[in-house]
Amino acid sequence: MTTPMVEQVKSSTNHRTTKKAIVRRIKYEEELDHSFGEEIASFAYGEKLFSCIQCGTCSATCPLSHYMDYTPRKVIAMTRAGFKEEILNSLTIWLCASCYSCLVQCPQQIHITDVMYALKREAIASGYYPRRLPIPVLAKAFFNQVRKNGRNTESWLLVNLYLRTNPFKMFKEAVLGMKLLFHGRMSLMPDRIKRRNELTTILNAVKAREGAVRS
Amino acid sequence: MKYLYYPGCSLHSTGKAYEESVLAVFKALEIPLEELEDWNCCGATSYFSIDETEAFALAARNLELAENQSGNGHANLIAPCAACYLVLTKTQHYLTSYPDIKQKVNDALDTVGLHYEGKTNVRHPLDVLVNDYGLDKITKRVKKPLKGLRVACYYGCQVVRPFKVFDDSLYPTSMDRLAKALGAETIEWPLKTRCCGGSLTGTIQEAGLRLSRALLIDAQRRKADIMITCCPLCQHNLECYQDRINRKLGDHIHIPVAYFTQLMGIALGLSEKELGIHRLFNRPRFAVTAPKKGEPVHA
Repeated sequence: MTTPMVEQVKSSTNHRTTKKAIVRRIKYEEELDHSFGEEIASFAYGEKLFSCIQCGTCSATCPLSHYMDYTPRKVIAMTRAGFKEEILNSLTIWLCASCYSCLVQCPQQIHITDVMYALKREAIASGYYPRRLPIPVLAKAFFNQVRKNGRNTESWLLVNLYLRTNPFKMFKEAVLGMKLLFHGRMSLMPDRIKRRNELTTILNAVKAREGAVRS
Repeated sequence: MKYLYYPGCSLHSTGKAYEESVLAVFKALEIPLEELEDWNCCGATSYFSIDETEAFALAARNLELAENQSGNGHANLIAPCAACYLVLTKTQHYLTSYPDIKQKVNDALDTVGLHYEGKTNVRHPLDVLVNDYGLDKITKRVKKPLKGLRVACYYGCQVVRPFKVFDDSLYPTSMDRLAKALGAETIEWPLKTRCCGGSLTGTIQEAGLRLSRALLIDAQRRKADIMITCCPLCQHNLECYQDRINRKLGDHIHIPVAYFTQLMGIALGLSEKELGIHRLFNRPRFAVTAPKKGEPVHA
């Protein structure tokens, strides 16, 4: 499943692959987005991004780095250098499972997992992410459900995810779902908090303030 | 010291057995627990992928409610789910280190008359049982020692990382010490904090299943009889996908995966029903009768 996606990403960026011609594989300085690194580093703990010494400990310790198109070390280097399009389109940021191994091993104590979160936010906000990739869809569905109900109901979340990405997968997962239901480990009733208005007011206040700062 | 209990969404569905066993064990040890009133979702990893400040505000509401409910302001909020535990700890940590974030969050909370001071202590039940209650006291209460049972203690990522609150980030020992206090043996296991795949088992299975497989195969190779975890997602991944891993990757994995509180409850002499053992897919077989004096018990 991962391979075709990698190719899809590559074909959208390497649009100059004519036969036998000299192909430029790197970007020129002027094609980079130089403010990108600063932008990503502007969140909490992000300022340490610029102290990376490119030792590669993060890539070595990451249990998912062999599935990634750019390893975590490369992500840091490319983010600083301003390869905005490549990084926001990459699978790497969505494969990060937030296990924080890189952070605790990093000699410079860079919050790499939080860098990944910042990149995920940027990718969703600017619409760069691969559309059919289930992870951003899951994140969005989760966000909407929690904003509405204050809590998350796992069964509804998954049904929502499969309907939006691959409805056939729902049949594949139905056996596991039934088994969970049978063992009393899944509830179909949506879980809600009592004071939903209170929560909505809080979250809207944050949004209003952020909107005011941005504009 | 008052303990407030924050279940989180998972403990109401896939992690039902975790909730049952945590409550049963705390009751058996006579540690009073009070559920946090009208708690909301912690935000988990997904909310941070959309909006950071909103995610902090979401988690801060829980911390504030705990502060209110505890009376004197110094609350001990127990979060058994690893993801909830981390998000709440992280929010607490960031709000203390970044006054501007705290200001933003408090401005939002003020609109409904809440205000967060920063006094809530987020705790994991493992921490509370091992460090507050104490292993000596636990040993004294053991009715059915788990002699001969080889346990693989799996901590997962988010209880020990990135904050070293009560144990080492890469080779923690609290759960192992707890299992030994219950009379069990533990295996030396370097993979005890390696990632189980998290939500990838539901989204990118090719990657997620292989991460779970690495842990299961290794625990089996080291001749563990049972794996115990302190996270509902780890338990779900490691237990529910064993059939699928065997089918897709041609392995022969069959190992029960339980919550550490369930194992503890068995040793404390609680019934399997109270501990939610019937909710596990691979039901572990424990010794059902108390051992006679001097007789070894095989689970």
